[in-house]
Parts: sequence; C-alpha cells; structure tokens
Amino acid sequence: MEILIPLLILFPFAVAAVLVFLRKQKVRDIVMYTGSVLVMVLAGLVLFFWIQNGCTPIELFVNTHLVDSLMLAVEFFLMGLVAALCGRRHKYLIVLLSVTQTLLLAWLELFGPALPEMAHIRIDRLSILMCLIVAVIGGLICLYAVGYMRGYHHHHKEFRDRRPFFFAMLFVFLGAMFGLVLSENLLWIDFFWEITSICSFLLIGYTQTEEAIHNSLRALWMNLLGGLGFAVAITYSALSLSTVSLQAVVSQGAVIPVALLAFAGLTKSAQFPFSQWLLGAMVAPTPTSALLHSATMVKAGVYMLLRLSPALNDTLTGQMVALIGGFTFFAASLLAISQSDGKKVLAYSTISNLGLITACAGVGMHETVWAAIFLLIFHAVSKSMLFQDVGAVENALGSRDIEDMQALMLRLPRLASIMVIGIAGMFLAPFGMLISKWAALKAFVDADNVLLVLLLAFGSATTMFYWTKWLGRILSISRVRMAHDVTKPNEWVSLYAHAVFMVLLCATFPLLSGWVVDPMLTEMFSVSVQVLSTDNMLLMIIMLCCIFLLPSCSYLFTRNLSHRYVISYMGGANAGDNNHFVDSLGEKKELQISNWYMTDLFGEKRLLHPCIIISAAGLAVMLCIILVGGAV
Amino acid sequence: MDITRVLSCVGYILLAPFLGGLLDGMDRKISARMQGRRGPSVFQPFYDIVKLFNKQIFLVNRSQFFMVVSYLVFVIFSGALIFAGYDLLMGFFALTTAAMFLVLAACSTHSPFGALASQRELLQMMAYEPMVLLTCVGFYLATGSFQVAEITQNTWSPIVYLPGFFLGFSFILTIKMRKSPFDLSTGHHAHQEMVRGVTTEMVGSLYAVTEIAEWYENVMLLGILALFFINQNPLSWPLAILAVLAVYFLEILVDNTAARLKWDKVFSSSWLVTLLCGGLNLLVLDLVIHLL
Amino acid sequence: MAKLKRSPWLLHYDGSSCNGCDIEVLACLTPVYDIERFGAVNTGNPLHADILLITGGINSQNQAVVQQIYSQMPAPKVVVAVGACACTGGIFKECYNIRGGVDTTIPVDIYVPGCAARPESIIDGVVQAVELFQKKHEEFMRRHREEKHHHDGK
Repeated sequence: MEILIPLLILFPFAVAAVLVFLRKQKVRDIVMYTGSVLVMVLAGLVLFFWIQNGCTPIELFVNTHLVDSLMLAVEFFLMGLVAALCGRRHKYLIVLLSVTQTLLLAWLELFGPALPEMAHIRIDRLSILMCLIVAVIGGLICLYAVGYMRGYHHHHKEFRDRRPFFFAMLFVFLGAMFGLVLSENLLWIDFFWEITSICSFLLIGYTQTEEAIHNSLRALWMNLLGGLGFAVAITYSALSLSTVSLQAVVSQGAVIPVALLAFAGLTKSAQFPFSQWLLGAMVAPTPTSALLHSATMVKAGVYMLLRLSPALNDTLTGQMVALIGGFTFFAASLLAISQSDGKKVLAYSTISNLGLITACAGVGMHETVWAAIFLLIFHAVSKSMLFQDVGAVENALGSRDIEDMQALMLRLPRLASIMVIGIAGMFLAPFGMLISKWAALKAFVDADNVLLVLLLAFGSATTMFYWTKWLGRILSISRVRMAHDVTKPNEWVSLYAHAVFMVLLCATFPLLSGWVVDPMLTEMFSVSVQVLSTDNMLLMIIMLCCIFLLPSCSYLFTRNLSHRYVISYMGGANAGDNNHFVDSLGEKKELQISNWYMTDLFGEKRLLHPCIIISAAGLAVMLCIILVGGAV
Repeated sequence: MDITRVLSCVGYILLAPFLGGLLDGMDRKISARMQGRRGPSVFQPFYDIVKLFNKQIFLVNRSQFFMVVSYLVFVIFSGALIFAGYDLLMGFFALTTAAMFLVLAACSTHSPFGALASQRELLQMMAYEPMVLLTCVGFYLATGSFQVAEITQNTWSPIVYLPGFFLGFSFILTIKMRKSPFDLSTGHHAHQEMVRGVTTEMVGSLYAVTEIAEWYENVMLLGILALFFINQNPLSWPLAILAVLAVYFLEILVDNTAARLKWDKVFSSSWLVTLLCGGLNLLVLDLVIHLL
Repeated sequence: MAKLKRSPWLLHYDGSSCNGCDIEVLACLTPVYDIERFGAVNTGNPLHADILLITGGINSQNQAVVQQIYSQMPAPKVVVAVGACACTGGIFKECYNIRGGVDTTIPVDIYVPGCAARPESIIDGVVQAVELFQKKHEEFMRRHREEKHHHDGK
C-alpha cells in the first residue's frame, strides 16, 4: 500500500507531464489509452490489496516534511499562475482570493503552532468508492476524449488545436481527485482541492473564445471563494483545536470549521447561488463537461459534505446545507424545464441531483447518507454516459438541441438506446435514482424537516417532466432525414462500458446495498441499520424484470398478429407519411411538432436571478448566524 | 404474508376491471341524468370493450403496442402492490412509470393531436405528482408506516389527522380521472378539445387496453381514498365505501358543471391546493406529533 | 357471437351542405332524442369510429379527406349518407365543384332521405346501420373461420 497509493496519485500527473510534450498524434493516442487503462488497473489493485487487508481503514505516511515543502512550492506556483492569468485580464479580485488563501496556509505551515503528528493518507470505504468512481468513469472519459477531440477539431476549425494541453489537464484532474479523496490531512486536501479548481478553470477556457474565458473566470472565482473558506477553516482548527485532521474535526464537531468546510463543499458542488459556474462549463468540449459534471469536480464537493455529514446532523450548519441543497434540487429542476439544449438540461439536472445529495448530507442521518451514496454512484455513471452520448449525437447531427433529436431511435439507434438507458436511470422506477429518492423522502420525514419534504415532492414532479419530454422526443417515430453515425470505436468502448455498468448497478442493487453501502454507513455512524426492507428490494427486482421482459414479450406477440399500419389522424389532411399534411391550398407542408418549454413561466430570464438572490441571502444570513454563534 | 393480503391482491387483479367498468357505467348514467337524458345502460362500458376487441387491428407503429401494454402492466402492478398491503410510495412510483408509458405511447405516433396531448398529459402529471407524494408522507406521519397493511391496522382512521391531505387528494383525483375542468389531455365526453388526446391513435384493442388500465387505476385511486377511513374496526369499511362513493359523485357533479380550464390555471391551482392543503396539514401534523 | 351492435360509435362528417342536416345530427345527441341510450357516442375520431355519418355532398376539395377518414376506420364499418345532398348531391348537384353524393367517393350502406333529414329518420338510419354493423362483423368472423379451416385442411 505504501507504494501503491503514491503511485495511484502520482501516475496521472506523470502521464500528464508526458502528454504535454507529445506532438505526434499516434504516440499521444497510445499514451492516452495505456494511461487510462493503467489508472483503472491501479485503482483495481488498490481495491484488491485493501480487501486482502480485511477492508479496514488504513492510515499511512506520518512523516512527510519533504512532500509538504514540495506542496507549498507548487501552491506558490499555482498562485503565481492565477495571478498572471487573471492579472492580465484585470480580475484583481480573483488574484486577491488566491493570494490570501495561499499566504494564509503558507504562514500556518511555516510559522504556525506545532501540530501533533498524524497520518496524511487514510483509506476507508468511502475513499475507495470514490477512487473507483474516479478511476473508472474518469478513465473511460479519457478514452472517449481521444476520439471525440479528433472529431471536435475536425468540425471546429476556428479553435486552436491545443490537444496535448487538454489531455494533460484531464490526467492532472484525475490525479488531483485521487489525492483529494485519499488524504486525511486538511492541508493536503486543500492542496488537491485547489488543483482541481485551477484545472477546471483551464479546461473551461480551452477554446479561448470570449464566452469561454468569461465562464472560466467565473468558475475560478466561485471555487476560490470556497477555497478561501477552506483555508480559513484549516487555520481556525489548527489554531484553536490544534488539529488539521479531517476525522478529528468531524468527530469534535467544531462549529466554525465545519461550517466553513461545508461552505467550500457547497461552492464546489455548484449549489445555488454558485451554480452558474457549472452551467458555464458547457462551453468547453464534451469530455470536460462529462468530467466536471459526473466523476470529479462536483463530486469533490459532495464528497466533502458526505465526510462532514456526521457532524452536520441536527446542527444549524446541517440545516443550512440541507436547505440550500433542497432549494437547489427544486429550483434547478424547474429551470431545466425551459431548456432545449441537451447539454444545458444535463447541466441543470446535475445541479439538481447534487442538490439532493447535498440535502441528504446536510440532514446527516444514516438513512439520508445511504440515499446520498446511492445517488452519487448512479448519478456518476448515468450522467457521464449521457454527456458522452449527447456529445456523440452532436458530432453526428451537428446539433445537441433536443428538438433535433426527433426519432433518434430510428436515426442513430445505438446512441439513442444508450441515451434511453441513461435517462431512465435518472428518474424512472425501478432504477437506482428513484429508490434513493424513496429513502431520502422517508428520512426527511423522520428528520421532521417539512420544508425539505415539500421541496422534494415538488422537485420530483418537475424532474419527471423534463426527462419524459426528452424521452418522448427520442422515441417518437417519424420519417426524418437519416443521420450518419460518426462515433469512433474508442467512444463506443466508453459508452458501452457505461451502459453495462448502469444495467449491472441496477441489477445488483441489493448486493451493492448490503456489501458496499451498509458497511460504509457502519463505518461512518457506527450503527448498522438496513435502510431498504427486503420487501421493497423484491418489488424493485420484479419491476426491473417487467421492464426488460415486456418489450421482448410484446415483440413475440405482435410478430404473428395480423395487423395493418394506419396513418395518424390529422383531420383527414395527412399527406400519407405522418410527416406532411395538405394545407388549405392543396400543397404538402411539413408537420413540425415541438416539445413544451414554457419559457414564460420557467425561463432563465424569469427564475434564475430570483433563485440566486434568495439562496445567496439565505446562505449569507445563516452562515453569519452560525459563525457568530460559533465564535461566541 | 398472510392469506387476506393474497386474497385482496388477487381480488384486485381479477375484479378491479369489473368494478372500474361498473363505476364508469354509473358515471355515464348519472351524467346523463344530470343532463336530463336517459343515458346508456350501466353495462355500456363492457359492451364497448367487447366491441373494441372485435375490431380490426390497426397500428401506427410497432413500439406503440409495447408502450400501451407496459402501461397496463405497470398500472396493475402498482394497484396489486397497494392491495397486497405493500409500500404506498413504491406503488405510486410504479404508477408514475405507468403514466409515463402512456405519454411515450402518445409521443411515438408523431401525430399533432397525440403529441400535443402528451405534453399536456405531462403537465397534468407535474401538477398532481407533488400531492400524491405528500399524501404518502401524510400516511407515514400519521401511522408511522408506508405499508398499507400496517396503515389499516390502526385503532383510529387516518382522516382524523389528515383532513387536508384528503381534500388535496380529492382535488387531484379530478385530474387523474380526467374530469372537467382538468381534462386537458383527453376526456370521456364528446366535447373534447383535441379529438381523443393521448388515445387518438390507439385503435380497437389497444384503446380497449388503455380503457381497462384506466379502470384499474381508478379502483386503485379510490382504494387510496378509502385508506383515509379504514381502521381495524370492521365498521369503518362501510363508512369508507360511503365516503368513496360520495367523493366519486362529487367528481361527476364537478365534471358536469365546470368548464375546462387553461393549462396554466390547472397547473397553478393544483400546486396551490397542494401547498395549502397538503403543506399546511403536514406542518400542523408535524407540530402535533412533536407536542404529544 | 359478440354483440357488437350495442356499442356503435359515430363519426360525423359534414361535406358540402347548408348545415341543416349537420344541425339535425347534433340534435340527436340532445336530451330530447338522446341517441346515447343506444350506446352511441360521437367520437370525432375515425380511428375509434364504427359508423360514419356524412351530411352534405362531395366536392373536389373534400373528396380526399373523406377517402382518408374512411380508410382510417377499422373494419367492420358502416357508412350512412344523411340528407339529400349526401345521397345525391341534392340542390348543389349542378355546381361546378360538386362531384355528387357520397357514393361517388366511398361505398355507402344506408341512405337517409330528407332536406333536412329529421332526427327521427337519422336515428332510424343509425339503428339500421347498427344491425348492418353486427351483420358485417358476423360475416367477417365466418369468413375468417372458413379461411382458417381451409388453411388447416391444406
């Protein structure tokens, strides 16, 4: 383990360093493939040795002076980078944010009080799970990126081809994520936290258009604001609690550091009022959005909140986190209704789902954390799959607008089926997300949180609306221009792997609950309770069988059925192909059917700013109360 | 699992279509009397079904068949779940999946009426869904369980704690049963707005299947309504049946006296009612439980 | 044999007419005549209809429409031409755009005379159509059985 863990963290960085200098496409592709596969293998090895070790938490690396100084140096380098890039664009506020936190932590490390010795790395069930998600999903996204970026630069000649840099950043991101979830020392976590912030800033700004730069800067300042909270939390706990161990802070439940860490978690997981950065991340090429939305960036935020959740139960901070999360769940799903851009719907749905996870973590009971972990797993897989799928559809159709996906099942059957699996996984009984929702609802009632119950009830309704609308579009059948599927083999590998994972996760749901999640809760809360009853598990499985058996049964039945096809009813004016009608001048006209977006009711123009203002005000007030209360 | 639960589940699967059809027939008869007509026989819905099954089979496309059958299967599944005494919330989740199959069936036809109605149907689902979830939460708060079998074993009727939920649920029942003023996506009367809405392209036996699914669904929903009254005292059963019939009569009355609303009114009024009835009741109930 | 005649669903189409017969068809649904007591429903959807009630004649504009809605009705089905115009083209027969009665376009089973046709005669036409509807169904079933028998015999 002593060798494996540093290898797991450093290997992606090494791959990144190699990638930067590779200009030859063939060699670079090979490095990408082997790199992604090796990352997965390494994570697998970690899992293997950890299981061999008896699945108990492992603590490593007590003396790390050399590494600490190295990290400090890198941190100064990052500060310099931010200062240079933002100073050039006269964003001095961002520079200030970055400088403040770096100096604060540098001061703490060099001149702060001597802290007791502690392990810097801690491997437990949650970090293993996160490692696996990052390695598998992140690795697959890297595979996908190779083919996708080739197509992207083929279509978009206007952007400068900076692929070496892009691929390198993807790997840096993975390395930082491994570091983040495996570290126990808050200083280390903060170090990796900052790397992910800056990485996402660089990735979002990839195309260097005016919009991309603007959005990347927004992502940066929001994340650095959270980072500042993080830095203050560390300083505070070092000075007053004389510890910088995450476990210690959580078990002591000190109000101020927990509140500030939770605040950092909220910014990273793009909760209202900080959701704008995630929406802005759409301008980047698809692998970026897939990586940011599913496996890494945002998961870092909820990972932090989940770690904190035992300290959040029944506290004002917990209330704050839960309310912000619940509000985000509802508001983002309302906003998603008015969007027709596929990626934007996915972005809002990400924010919304993260809101639910955040709310669960905020309530901090073992039931809600159970639901949160399941949401996390299912969301990572299905969202990454959907993003890659929409990216592939965009390459084939030249558009990612949902309206243009009419009859996708006929035009791009393979991509469409994967999309259907992904969408069904996001909201439909009996798939994973829904069962988590069931657990969350029950737990919210148990926690007497009426407001959260209401938010969840209304949010579920709106979630269903925008997903079904999309599903209907794909499955609708009409004669439309056929499309040429240009998806590359490596993209297929990633997409199929995701689909298989999704189905497996649904099928092995009870096992997953019994073997992975329940012990994890025992570890976190030192109580063991079965959240989902056997009855309900059974029902879920029956429903799953229904979903898979019905199409085959009905196919067998209709095969021998004597039937006739009939044209659809258009008041007698169907031109004969369900796609055209005869107009009043006797000429053929194309029938255009559009989904309902209700922009005047749920549009961004109408809802976005009020949502941000309400949540910002709520967050500010509650944070003030908590901090002042904690200080007094 | 005890024998009464099995019996009630099997009873539901076998008898619900007859009960649902009979209720539909009564609905048509009562509606006719309200309009000063004689109306058809109470068995008319069954005659219709027999006729529909004997008509030539027309399909607009192949996938439509699968979606409609899935709709029926999931409706039966959710009802059976509830009549067998299982989890209320799980039952409603299955019902949502069923409703979604109906929407997809309508979407798949790419016809102007079917497609428009499918969007309206979705809007209606969004309008009633919160109240449905809240009703489950209400039962859980009042009785401490989502399991129907345990809810019926109390010493008192849940309505005592849940009058707001009862009102709210009756309200959204109007949408679920496709009654005016909320029959946007499709209705049972001749005065439709969009031909036959979501069922426009379902011909013969397919249409019969949707009708039967609707009967199953109605019986299940009325069963939930009865759940508000049922407790371990056998006398509560006739009371529950009376209450259910009374609500059903009110639905018919409203259907025959109210004009169709626009979609935004349908949406906002049901969310408002959900908040006022469900939300307030929830809040009060939560406080009461805390005080006790 | 299934009693199909207890559930005749109507589709009403108004062609080239003065709308007199049109109004009378609707009158059949009112409390005074209440055609629903025979189980008849005015569906407005050819895909659900068993009996097509056409008032008014066929002109060059509506010919294709009538053909299409007729083709969209699943068998067994019956066509009733209501009123003089639907039967023969009536008073509009000589107009430049009129093709004539409904039978110039689709096969008509029952002719209901009158200008305008009275509700009583319309109901009479519907009742006859219902009998024919049942007969057509029986015929279809018989033919189907014979075919099957023939097929099995081979």
